[in-house]
Amino acid sequence: MATVIELPVDTYKGPVDPDWCPGCGDFGVLKSVQEAAGRLGVKPENLLVVSGIGCSSNLPGFIHAYGIHSLHGRSVPVATGAHLANTDLKTVITGGDGDGYGIGIGHLLHAMRRNLDVTYVVMDNQIYGLTTGQASPTTTKGHVTKSTPQGNIESPLNPLALAITSGATYVARGFSGEQKHLVDMIAGGMAHKGFALIDVFSPCVTYNKINTYPWFKERVYKLEDKGWDSGDFYKSLEKSFEWGDTIPVGVLYKTDMPTYEDGEPNLHKGPLVKAKLGADKAVFKALVEEMI
Amino acid sequence: MHEVTIGIAGAAGDGLDKSGDTLARSCGRLGLYVYAYNSYQSIIRGGHIWLKVRVGDEKVYCHGDNLNVLVALNQDSIERHAPEVQEGGAIVFNGDRIKCDESLVRKGVQVLALPITEITGELKEKYGPIKPIMQNTIAIGAVAFLAGIGLEEPTKVLSDTFAHKGQEIIDLNIGLLTVGYEYAKKNAKAVQSEWNMSGKRRPFVTGNEAIALAAYAAGCKFYSAYPMTPASTILHWMAAHQHETGILVKQCEDELSVVNMAIGAGIGGVRSMCATAGGGFALMTEAIGMAGIMEVPVVVVEVQRGGPSTGLPTKTEQADLFQVFGASQGEFPRLIVAPRDIADAYQATVESFHLADKYQLPVLLMSDLLLSEHPETVDAESFSPDVKIDRGELVEKWNESDGKYRRFRFTESGISPRALPGTANTLYVSASDDHDEESILISDMFTSPPVRRKIMEKRMRKVENMLKELPAPELEGPKDAEVTLVCWGSTSGVVKEAAERLTAQGTKTNFLVIKYIAPFHVKEVTELLSKAKKKISVEVNFTSVMAKLIKMETGISMDGHINRYDGEPLEPQEVADNVKRLLANKPKDLEVSEDEAREMVYHYLRTHGGEKLRPVKVIKESSNGHGEPVWNIEIAERVTGKKGGSMKIGIHTGATYSFEKAES
Repeated sequence: MATVIELPVDTYKGPVDPDWCPGCGDFGVLKSVQEAAGRLGVKPENLLVVSGIGCSSNLPGFIHAYGIHSLHGRSVPVATGAHLANTDLKTVITGGDGDGYGIGIGHLLHAMRRNLDVTYVVMDNQIYGLTTGQASPTTTKGHVTKSTPQGNIESPLNPLALAITSGATYVARGFSGEQKHLVDMIAGGMAHKGFALIDVFSPCVTYNKINTYPWFKERVYKLEDKGWDSGDFYKSLEKSFEWGDTIPVGVLYKTDMPTYEDGEPNLHKGPLVKAKLGADKAVFKALVEEMI
Repeated sequence: MHEVTIGIAGAAGDGLDKSGDTLARSCGRLGLYVYAYNSYQSIIRGGHIWLKVRVGDEKVYCHGDNLNVLVALNQDSIERHAPEVQEGGAIVFNGDRIKCDESLVRKGVQVLALPITEITGELKEKYGPIKPIMQNTIAIGAVAFLAGIGLEEPTKVLSDTFAHKGQEIIDLNIGLLTVGYEYAKKNAKAVQSEWNMSGKRRPFVTGNEAIALAAYAAGCKFYSAYPMTPASTILHWMAAHQHETGILVKQCEDELSVVNMAIGAGIGGVRSMCATAGGGFALMTEAIGMAGIMEVPVVVVEVQRGGPSTGLPTKTEQADLFQVFGASQGEFPRLIVAPRDIADAYQATVESFHLADKYQLPVLLMSDLLLSEHPETVDAESFSPDVKIDRGELVEKWNESDGKYRRFRFTESGISPRALPGTANTLYVSASDDHDEESILISDMFTSPPVRRKIMEKRMRKVENMLKELPAPELEGPKDAEVTLVCWGSTSGVVKEAAERLTAQGTKTNFLVIKYIAPFHVKEVTELLSKAKKKISVEVNFTSVMAKLIKMETGISMDGHINRYDGEPLEPQEVADNVKRLLANKPKDLEVSEDEAREMVYHYLRTHGGEKLRPVKVIKESSNGHGEPVWNIEIAERVTGKKGGSMKIGIHTGATYSFEKAES
């Protein structure tokens, strides 16, 4: 195995500073992504950060790497296409709960069942922030928002349970208020071969007055501290439903399974982007002959 | 030109496609030209299928409007198509199972009832019972004689087709073919035999196959799709050949994913393509604008079918022009190209990849069901693998000393040299928000009206430059024509033949095929059409969308429109007749014709459990209290011929006023 030359976090300092609200959880996530990339020694030109639309989806603009700031809910397919075109790039998808679990949930499920070798960091603030505070797919029941003035009547989606059952092979949760731990989560996901989903509690200080830093600080505990075995599918699934006075963060589930890339013969000879252009004359001739 | 048109009719699952294929490939190998059209239903089994194979010793441009030989695989097919067979033609069917009423046959048409059991006696002894599907091969043998193509070539085609199934199956099929051929030879007269066969072997290809093959030749490395008729056969070809071509074929969860993956692959640096039908394209529209603002090369194929909504999934139409033209919010450069035939589909696809790369924009290639799904013989030279691949202005190396790389540099040409992710020192973000030269957003924190103005102008400059290198449309046919027909896409073949027919009959007619929809050759088309005398648009849609586009771009109105929107392609005589009607200033007759009334009865009976009945007599009657004249249709039992009921259909509205079943 090649020696990893760690890179300083400054390597990834973006051209402009984030315009997130002061205190936003996303600052911690940005920093953690930068530190994780540095820890793994991923050169900026080999790092591709893909997002959708939302406050957190502005992240690619704030990091020194290649970026795609795509459409609302479409980060996963755009990232899939870019990743399959050039598998030499380390692809990290970033975005919010509305982007990933709302409008983009269909794509997420399928990317997970494909076990594509990418890392998805969801900045989950349980609210739509960019659009000034409506209910999101992870907003808890009863939560009063601009779109649910009588309190949210829908149950929140459980992203971790969904990821485990859909085929993701690295399922973790982090908290923006526990940055060191969060770097471990993200770096672990990026180093993992297969689909990594990291759901991050990234509080919205402006529009979510319930799920705040103190709210999380009182409740979260680290699975690692409890000697958690992340290799048991059913136990992990059961654990993913723990939500209340105690909420676990850490690597909930991790397994090694063949990736989509392993199963795709056209990727075995190297990245598509490096393949020879144009048709092979003999192959082409045979294809035409087949039609006669 | 010598020609013959063979119609094969039956139910889905009867194996029609294979039979037609054997016949068409044989002709294609002999140096004859073939154009086939399969008018099929979107169900796996049952339903009526109607495959027309037109053969000529000169190039045939459409399926035409003749019927010389009918192969009927069931009783329904005899009843519906026997009356269409022209004088000198022949009707072929399994005489053991099917009957052909004399009243259905025109004068001078040969009726060839194949005594299947009798003529397959020896084969049965040798190979076991003859399965129903095998009657097709016997019929094809008979057609090989009637159409004058001989036994040798179909024999070779069958040997190739069944090569993977072993010698016994090959021998059986050749045996079946031979008994059909010999029986016809002994009992009928050839319908066509004076062929000039060049012996030049030509591929028998569909438009979709040509598009897929062209993508391979052009260096496409990524193809994504979601199954949708009539685009699915591109996926099938791509998937079947992915190991030879090296193209990564990705079936996605939906069309949103399809187009976004293709765009992602484009950003990643490979030539990528996706294809869908009108409904799938509707889902893709938002992303088309994203490719526009991010300046990503991508080729998106939109194969039109009958709409709106699910519409007519397996029928043809050309009504999606404005959907593609207007796809996505905002303004951005796009190329929309609509190839006219299969050779052109190949060329246009190759060109699409080239222009997408050169101008860094989405190319939308518009096809239609007829173009995409009909097979035709095409000269092998039309499919050249010698494609010069030019990826456009790419930055391969950038040193820190070269200064700051600006992905969206404001240039005179509007093209900003593109670096691919992975290149050092050229980092940028492909953003769906508008941005400055360095790709920093100008949508939020840093807004800047002048930067926005300049990047808009930069992007839009690509349009005028691209237009300069696209060949302008030209009038085809006599210069001093009194009628100019205007069309696009697959309709051009029918229009060409109609124009030639009209000219031959004394009405000098030329025609204009619009291939580039955006950008549009405003100057050239204005010049051509302002000099044209009588301008008539010919389109397979209700609202003459191409005529509308031309008016929008040039201010020139058509003098008349010819439209068809029943799911079937136009036919040359239909176009010619409508031109004559328009020249005589006569309105279009929208009444239900006698043939249509008969067809409507078949539909009604089929959907109301009346399969044992059929229409026998159609009589025009006065309103009889229905507020409009009606067709009174007498219905009989198929087997006994006894009165089965009656039905009344409104001649203006097409309303079903009554259906009375006779008491049995």
